Amino acid sequence: MEELPAADPDPGDVVIATRALTKRYRGGQLAVDGLDLAVPAGSVFGFLGPNGSGKTTTIRMLMGLIEPTSGTARVLGRPMPGASRAVLPHVGALIEGPALYGFLSGHDNLVRYDAADPTADPRTRRTRVAAALDRVGLTAAAGKKAKAYSLGMKQRLGLAAALLQPRRLLVLDEPTNGLDPQGMREIRALIREVAADGTTVFLSSHLLDEIEQVCTHAAVMAQGRLITQGAVADLAAGARGRLVVTTPDVGDAARVLKERGIGDVVVEENRVTGEPPEGDPAAVTAALVAAGVRVRGFGVERASLEDAFVALTGEGFDVEG
Amino acid sequence: MSRAERAQSTGQRTDQRTDQRTDQRTDQRTGEQAGRRTGPADGTYARTPSPLWTFGLLRSELVTTFRRWRTLALLAVLAAVPVLVGVAVKIETSDGSAVGGDGEGPAFIAQITNNGLFLVLTALAATLPFFLPMAVGVIAGDAIAGEANAGTLRYLLVAPAGRARLLIVKGATTIVFCLVATVVVAVSALVVGALLFPLGEVTTISGTRIGLAEGLARALLIALVVAASLIGLAALGLFVSTLTNSGIAAMATTVGLLITVQILDQIPQLDALRPYFFPHYWLSFADLLRDPVHWDDLLRNLGLQGVYAAVFGSAAWARFTTRDVTV
Repeated sequence: MEELPAADPDPGDVVIATRALTKRYRGGQLAVDGLDLAVPAGSVFGFLGPNGSGKTTTIRMLMGLIEPTSGTARVLGRPMPGASRAVLPHVGALIEGPALYGFLSGHDNLVRYDAADPTADPRTRRTRVAAALDRVGLTAAAGKKAKAYSLGMKQRLGLAAALLQPRRLLVLDEPTNGLDPQGMREIRALIREVAADGTTVFLSSHLLDEIEQVCTHAAVMAQGRLITQGAVADLAAGARGRLVVTTPDVGDAARVLKERGIGDVVVEENRVTGEPPEGDPAAVTAALVAAGVRVRGFGVERASLEDAFVALTGEGFDVEG
Repeated sequence: MSRAERAQSTGQRTDQRTDQRTDQRTDQRTGEQAGRRTGPADGTYARTPSPLWTFGLLRSELVTTFRRWRTLALLAVLAAVPVLVGVAVKIETSDGSAVGGDGEGPAFIAQITNNGLFLVLTALAATLPFFLPMAVGVIAGDAIAGEANAGTLRYLLVAPAGRARLLIVKGATTIVFCLVATVVVAVSALVVGALLFPLGEVTTISGTRIGLAEGLARALLIALVVAASLIGLAALGLFVSTLTNSGIAAMATTVGLLITVQILDQIPQLDALRPYFFPHYWLSFADLLRDPVHWDDLLRNLGLQGVYAAVFGSAAWARFTTRDVTV
């Protein structure tokens, strides 16, 4: 195997870089349309989009499983799928759920996947497999046939296969799909742990809160196009928070807020919300009290990533969970 | 086990760069000692693999194939055929009458009562038209399509197994299966023949007599030729396997093609085409039992299998190395 350069020659240390990456399937369906993606080294990068938005097709192109119709993709500074042999030993991947040999035990599944890597030393195979099983907490079930595994166990075994070697990049496509809340928490802890080791994690999901909890950077796709990408903090900052007044006198409160020039006032039960005021919010409080509104609560709610994405993608964005 | 303990016990890798070579230490269990993990910052994730490691996949493929219940069941069926034939002949001839004297039944069946070694030839002649190629069709047809069907293909490819390497390993395993299947039939027949009938000098088709040792050697050679006869079908099955994501469809298509070609090979009007059908010279293995050996059809058979292997092997390679793996 050719050795990878220790330092990425690309500017800014980018682990994944695509340029106008496009995939049109036979039959004319445009799955990915002119994608320009830049995943910084060391980031936990959330790749967000509704089901069918082209996330998995993109990942398959990055992993060399399918050929782009046009455009280029570089992973770890090398072109894909051309440099698969040099790049992929440094990449662990979980693509569209785990796939296992049902007639083999969990342990033997990992032995098989490890044997498929021509850069894996057979003398240390058992140690690697045992360590990977231990890392995902499957040591006790290692001897069981994989077909008897629950979905959560299969998912963990798939993760173990991705973690057989120390990786520079971990690509996880919907890693918490089908897991219970406890399983989700464990996977997220594992992702943070891997990221703390310096591995770049590329995580696709249709769950906003998942991205918000673990990712430092994110990109949003819809209908094959990239809508936005950047640091999660910047993306969330792009959406403004909302002023929230909790009061039984919603009618009066709404009138006062409108008089103060606050836009987009929405009256709910026991609550009035609006755009944050330009000046000091305390002035608004004083006006409300002066008008005899009984204020139970007053504040500006921080914008969530979800607000940012809904603002970007409109109501049509199908966010589940 | 807590997360921290788990992280600890995964062992850590210490990468060291020495001169030109990147040397990698193997995992060490650190027990209670908490060590600092070296990250990728030092850029020493590069491994220096040995070329021999590439055979790990072949070993894995062979072990995976021959440990499957399906493979073992196929081999068990093949092993049962000589037992059935041997027992049937023994029962039918227990009153001293001859079997198949009027030319009925598989080749050589009449000689079994005189010499158990002929059960090997009878069993191979009985299984070659259908049982053996059907088993090969199942293994070859499932080779790539079965992995695609289970989704394991994508993980093998990102491991990265390498498409050409994976195809070669699949082809090699299928050919090993051809040999193992044939040997299973031959050995089962030899054991049953030796138990039920006398062994001794062998009368060749030409009427001359050869010793038991040479007879055994010829039987071994015949088994090898029969195994080689299956290579054309194996290549065809492997090509079909690269066309679809359904293992069952690939197996059914391969076995269907086998039956179709076998039927076409019986139609006299297709005389001009028949020498190009892969099963056309299959039964030429009997020529090894002539004295001297008639090599013409044997060589034609081997040549034809070689042509099929080259044509369909190339087609499988062209298809598999460019195909989009979408499952």
